[in-house]
Amino acid sequence: MYYKILVNIQIKDKFVLKYLLYLFMFSDKAKLLVFLTLLTAFSVYSTLLYINLPATATSKQCNTDALRGKQLWQAHNCNACHQVYGLGGYLGPDLTNVYSKKGTAYITAFLKNGTAIMPNFHLSPEEIKSLLSYLQHIDASGTADPKHFTTNNYGAIH
Amino acid sequence: MEPFIKKGNITGESYLIVGLFLLFSGLLFGLTGSLQYIIPGFLKSYLSFEKVRPLHVSSVVFWILSGATGSVFVYLAQHTKREASTGFIKTQFYLFFASVVVILGSYMIGIFGGREYWEFNPVLAVPLMAVCLLFLVHVVKSIRSLRQQPVYVWMWLTGAIFLLFTFIESNLWVFPYFSRNVVNDMTIQWKSYGSMVGAWNMLIYGSSMFLMDKISGSDTSSHSKTAFLLFFTGLFNLMFNWGHHIYTLPTHGYIKHISYAVSMTELFILGRIIYNWSATVNKSKRYFHHLSFRFLLAADVWVFLTLLLAILMSVPGINRYTHGTHITVAHTMGATIGINTFILLAIAADILTSNCRFSVPQRKFINRGFWLTNISLLLFWCSLMVAGILKAKWQMSNHNIPFSSMMLQLKPWFFAFFISGVMLLSGFSLIIFPVLKNIFSCYSKREKNITFHEFSHYSSTKTIPVH
Repeated sequence: MYYKILVNIQIKDKFVLKYLLYLFMFSDKAKLLVFLTLLTAFSVYSTLLYINLPATATSKQCNTDALRGKQLWQAHNCNACHQVYGLGGYLGPDLTNVYSKKGTAYITAFLKNGTAIMPNFHLSPEEIKSLLSYLQHIDASGTADPKHFTTNNYGAIH
Repeated sequence: MEPFIKKGNITGESYLIVGLFLLFSGLLFGLTGSLQYIIPGFLKSYLSFEKVRPLHVSSVVFWILSGATGSVFVYLAQHTKREASTGFIKTQFYLFFASVVVILGSYMIGIFGGREYWEFNPVLAVPLMAVCLLFLVHVVKSIRSLRQQPVYVWMWLTGAIFLLFTFIESNLWVFPYFSRNVVNDMTIQWKSYGSMVGAWNMLIYGSSMFLMDKISGSDTSSHSKTAFLLFFTGLFNLMFNWGHHIYTLPTHGYIKHISYAVSMTELFILGRIIYNWSATVNKSKRYFHHLSFRFLLAADVWVFLTLLLAILMSVPGINRYTHGTHITVAHTMGATIGINTFILLAIAADILTSNCRFSVPQRKFINRGFWLTNISLLLFWCSLMVAGILKAKWQMSNHNIPFSSMMLQLKPWFFAFFISGVMLLSGFSLIIFPVLKNIFSCYSKREKNITFHEFSHYSSTKTIPVH
């Protein structure tokens, strides 16, 4: 008898569950509810990120010279050929840690003369100094070398 | 109602025609760029790589945006049969067209100032923002209510909202608060770019669903539970999976964990493609004679390959190897050419030839173009994958081979992608030019022969001629 009641409840439950699923997926209100919930979650996520950016300490911000270097970097579209943290073009090398790995003299030589592929942008000594400042700022932010990371059992990297 | 359908179609057609020219220009600049990989210093004095790359990328991005908005204009008008102001639509089109010309022109003469993918001076972002806003207003005004709407209407609305939002977000760097630190700057940059791709995919996939309903003559699939489940999965990914672009950036850890978890929900979409494989094969047998369907089918194959690669690349442990290599480029090419371009060509074939049938030689050209683009895209994709694997090996090795030596080792594969690029350009030319020739000759005939009533009837009908 108990078994029969249990079966009946399960059948009823299944029916209710199906009915709810039907309502959930087909009612316009339910679709709007899901849409607005996702939109709210996205807005909260974005706002939290904007007010709590990864690097907020003043010491980690670009100084005036580095900021001028960033503008020059963008004005000459350096990202078309070079990457920073693996993002950018593929024709030239990644420059995230070039400042600490190669030094200022090496970078200055390239910036002054260009190469067979890279044009000579005819940069003034002040502009070269600003670009060096920006590269130093990027270098201080972290490392882009993929060998630096280790993978855990879940596939995440540290 | 009828006059709007006419106006709406003309604007939509204009977007698609401009888009096809942009696609051709994107392919030409892409080929020039690939030549610069195999002949160092090629055109260095006139058109060096920092000019060619944005010309190539922006042409293709504007083709996608132009095609996506154009298709929404036409299909939304066909779906709602609602009137909109001509001035409103024209303003949007001319603003978009003028911005594209000025942006590409500024690249040609070497004026930049923006960042990767939007390299133009930020002042030029203002008219594009206005275009996105006008587009959103148009979509909202046309839809009016979401009651009993098919999934593609939801997708168009979502695409329009996020296109505006992500474009504004991608320009937040003009405020020092966001750009004074490279990590903050890149976090917000890739947050916006990741979601923006999702936004234009919403517009394109929405239009492809509308087109598939048209071809099959049934709208049950676009009202189905599965369609909405896939839509919400796509929206969830659009909002939260962008972090897989920046796994190696020293940003917040939670961004990476959320992105990794959310990206894995795409396995559901992949599983559905595999589960529906036999149904897709049956459908392809039934509709393969149809030009638009053929492009949609090709896009389906590329969705499978690209999604599989995207899911693998979203696993941080694998991304560590693929990030910064040509595997990422292979993924992008699969998505922008194999998926977006093929779907937009299916839509262009439907819209631009709805009342102009192709001649027999034109059909032959398009058919050859279809096979040539698919075969060459596969070769292109494979050569990039091999180049990427070799670069990944170099990145992870401790031998300290200089960058220039590594690039020399990759040269045979760059040569392979140049050859397949030539084939790709030839294949697309065999499609683009017959379509354009057909539409232009049809315009002149239409002005002379077809009455307004006939034109409106053709435009609003849901049955399409067999090409």
